[in-house]
Amino acid sequence: MYYVELMINGLLVGILYSLIALGFVLIYKASDVINFAQGELVMFAGYVLAASLQLYGFPLALAIVLGFSSMIILGYAIERVVLQHLIGRPAVAVIMATIGLAAFLQGLAPFLWGPETKNLPLPIPEGPVFLGPILFSQIEIYAALLALVCFGLFGLFFTKSRMGLALRAIADDQQVSQAMGINVKLYFALAWGLAGTVAAVGGLVWGNLLGVDVQLALVGLKVFPVVILGGLDSIVGAMVGGLIIGVVESIAAGFIDPLVGGGTKDFTPYILMILVLMIRPYGLFGKEQIERV
Amino acid sequence: MLTLNNIEVIFDNIILVLKGVFLQVDQGKIVTLVGSNGAGKTTTLKSISGLIKTERGRVTRGSIELDGHRLDRIDPSAIVKLGVAQVFEGRRVFEHLTVRENLLVGAHTQSNLSQIRQDIERIFNYFPRLAERVNVKAGYISGGEQQMLAIGRGLMSRPRLLLLDEPSLGLAPLLVEEIFSILKRLNQEEGLTILLVEQNVTMALAIADEGSVMENGKIVLSGPAEKLRGNDDIKEFYLGLSEVGTKKSYRDVKHYRRRKRWLS
Ligand SMILES: Nc1ncnc2c1ncn2[C@@H]1O[C@H](COP(=O)(O)OP(=O)(O)O)[C@@H](O)[C@H]1O
Ligand SMILES: [Mg+2]
Repeated sequence: MYYVELMINGLLVGILYSLIALGFVLIYKASDVINFAQGELVMFAGYVLAASLQLYGFPLALAIVLGFSSMIILGYAIERVVLQHLIGRPAVAVIMATIGLAAFLQGLAPFLWGPETKNLPLPIPEGPVFLGPILFSQIEIYAALLALVCFGLFGLFFTKSRMGLALRAIADDQQVSQAMGINVKLYFALAWGLAGTVAAVGGLVWGNLLGVDVQLALVGLKVFPVVILGGLDSIVGAMVGGLIIGVVESIAAGFIDPLVGGGTKDFTPYILMILVLMIRPYGLFGKEQIERV
Repeated sequence: MLTLNNIEVIFDNIILVLKGVFLQVDQGKIVTLVGSNGAGKTTTLKSISGLIKTERGRVTRGSIELDGHRLDRIDPSAIVKLGVAQVFEGRRVFEHLTVRENLLVGAHTQSNLSQIRQDIERIFNYFPRLAERVNVKAGYISGGEQQMLAIGRGLMSRPRLLLLDEPSLGLAPLLVEEIFSILKRLNQEEGLTILLVEQNVTMALAIADEGSVMENGKIVLSGPAEKLRGNDDIKEFYLGLSEVGTKKSYRDVKHYRRRKRWLS
């Protein structure tokens, strides 16, 4: 029973890791940019939300509208102002730019809204509930449901909408996509706008769980084990990768920590990541290179 | 309809690839552009579709005009909207998208959904094999089917002018014949104008109205297709026939070429 509880708690946290990784995957899939600032985007979103509620006293609905719209605009602007000029440059230059962006956001948020930790209260009943014999925190269940809805919507977006289709075409072949009349640069910016949206959802739930200050950006550290496990360009991979990492962490914390005196939870995801790199470098769901005979 | 007026194309500001190309494509015609590897045929097509701009290339002299519009000054997506579609060398289908999704992406510039659906049916009419593979990922269909899909995808933007880059590449002769006869039908039934780049000169000259030969970034010979079919130099270099009608080896041809250049 204890084992099942660990599993389920792992899944609940894991889907929230998946959510952070989703933003990373959206950008990588469309534009091949490895974004080291995904955690900072989540933190920034958390700041906008918490500041709207606590500093300015806005109602929750307005805070959410502000949080989402400012993150869409921020994502879009980052692409237009910074990354657009780096198209065709070496990958290292682009990576350095996103690391710079991370540092910039780390400085900007406390500069605008102060360094002290802020609460991000949501109208969800506090306290745990029993589902059968197992104890859950309600907020985690709601958060997990929200994350699942996000994945569902993005799944529909990529398979059913023309914009989503165009993004997948760009991921396959940029030049040919241009020849089909797709404005590739505009779509890169769109992908960043979407990543901003996902970061806003992440900021909402993670900000609520952890409180909002610059430390919130540390959730970004989970992105790499998740996407390397699931595949850098796979949305399903981001979801499954997050779930696996969540479960592995939870089991490490529940089983191994008591034996060795703690601390394994934080590095087991990276051990898994290194193992995957050795066995399947493109991840469990990474785009397979199609070879016809 | 399309005029390339003495264009010069330079990549990365220094690499001169096209050195003054003249080309005229009249409405409703099939014009073929032939020449050996590295002559500049693909670059010519990419200059027309505007895609040289995505490879740091520029038209530095001359002009490209389509019914009075200067193509060398506008973006690829604007050129698609003017009715020009390019079908790439090596097919370049979106491998991870299904056949239907590939066609839908081809229709990116179109907004009328019921017309898009009709166009897909129309393309399945010309290429019945594609209809059978409609939900298969394009990476898993055969080379011939991929070429058909690449052409169909190009047609989805409803072009008036189709640019085709070596559609026969790597395909069995029977398949090439099938595809070329469909191209001829598209030309006759829909009035589609085609600029066909080929190394398979026999096939290309068989369906073309006009032809041009490109060498080293220049057009060195052009004229009506039937005249080119009878041209001795063309026979010599591309059809692999010498005067007595025996096949020449590539090395003989190359050796011969070193002595004699086109029109020099
Ligand atoms: N993007 C590019 N940058 C630099 N050189 C190029 C580029 N594209 C083509 N070239 C050069 O231009 C010449 C002609 O190439 P291409 O147009 O592909 O010839 P073809 O299609 O006739 O085989 C080749 O020497 C090739 O190396
Ligand atoms: Mg070529």
